[in-house]
Amino acid sequence: MENALSIFVRSIFVDNMIFAYFLGMCSYLAVSKNVKTSIGLGIAVTFVLLITLPVNYLLEVHVLKAGALSWLGDNFANLDLSYLSFILFIAVIAAIVQLVEMIVEKFSPSLYASLGIFLPLIAVNCAIMGGALFMQQRAGLEPTDPKALTSLVDVIAYALGSGFGWALAIVGLAAIREKLEYSDVPAPLRGLGITFITVGLMSLAFLCFSGLKL
Amino acid sequence: MKINEELKNTLLGPLSKNNPIAVQVLGICSALAVTVELKPALVMGISVTIIVALANVVISLIRNTIPNSVRIIVQLVVVAALVTIVSEFLKAFAFDVSVQLSVYIGLIITNCILMGRLEAFAMSNKPGPAFLDGLGNGLGYAIILVAVAFVRELFGSGTLFGFQIVPHSWYEAGYLNNGLMMMPSMALILLACFIWIHRSVDKDLQEKG
Repeated sequence: MENALSIFVRSIFVDNMIFAYFLGMCSYLAVSKNVKTSIGLGIAVTFVLLITLPVNYLLEVHVLKAGALSWLGDNFANLDLSYLSFILFIAVIAAIVQLVEMIVEKFSPSLYASLGIFLPLIAVNCAIMGGALFMQQRAGLEPTDPKALTSLVDVIAYALGSGFGWALAIVGLAAIREKLEYSDVPAPLRGLGITFITVGLMSLAFLCFSGLKL
Repeated sequence: MKINEELKNTLLGPLSKNNPIAVQVLGICSALAVTVELKPALVMGISVTIIVALANVVISLIRNTIPNSVRIIVQLVVVAALVTIVSEFLKAFAFDVSVQLSVYIGLIITNCILMGRLEAFAMSNKPGPAFLDGLGNGLGYAIILVAVAFVRELFGSGTLFGFQIVPHSWYEAGYLNNGLMMMPSMALILLACFIWIHRSVDKDLQEKG
């Protein structure tokens, strides 16, 4: 349990998806002009991570890993299907995002309308696929490694933490960009340039968490 | 001659005027993460160029037979298959680079440049121009990657491609490698500097205040 808590906190600050690994930058830069839409997108990404990561973890442990298929019978114990991981992960993500889209449309039409095109675009958001690939890498580590994901609870903690960290980053950037609208930025830096410098400085600030021992 | 002019623009446009990273704002994730050293950046740039060009050709060939409702899934599956092939190839012939690149090879699947070009160009153009568009965008992406990695590796570790560039005598005189260059933040700030230079030279790209 305490390992799950430590993974949760580390994923928010130390292994922040945006500032440490640059996952999900494209939609991050596109949506962060406005705080309200950023909050909506942050929640949507967290939600999708929360559903896709455990499903992909179960796939990885019971189907894809070397020797994973031994539950089917002894003659399957030597199979290593890890080369199928990319195709299977992305198919699972695309299917789940489609499902989430249908559910959101049914139960909250206003949220559906405000998210617009960004909801289906979460399927190709690097953060979701990146989360799945990092999870695959970390599930394969020795259990003594502090970064190892050893159970479903760990994976859920990782998903929640990563999503929350991403949401924190995007809302923070949106708040700064809204204020930057009124500043006198030199013409060549306007828009994209000053945004990159801002994210760079935020990333520098988050480096202070790297010494955290949990 | 008009066709050649159009094809030339398709190939050369993304190198500067319509650069995927600096102008279209696509493919940022991997551009920042793999540029700590020059070798992985170059391998990444070449891999993405090959994948974008081939994916563009494949999707362009089948563009009239894909039902609209499964469009994204078909594109994703084609790209995932190509990335799997490239990834296995890299694991076999360039293992140390593939370990350095780790998850970012898999992340080429969700690389916005791919999805962006497939939707915007391959779905409505013939295979020939689609191949050139893929090649141009891949090369535009690779140029930025190599430029950022060049600065980061040179100032961050004094080497280029692993070869020591900064002479040992400088280290003895008190010169130190710039550790900040190895941090993710510098990739962002360097990219901002390149965009600054790019947009100062080409004033059309500046955003209106």
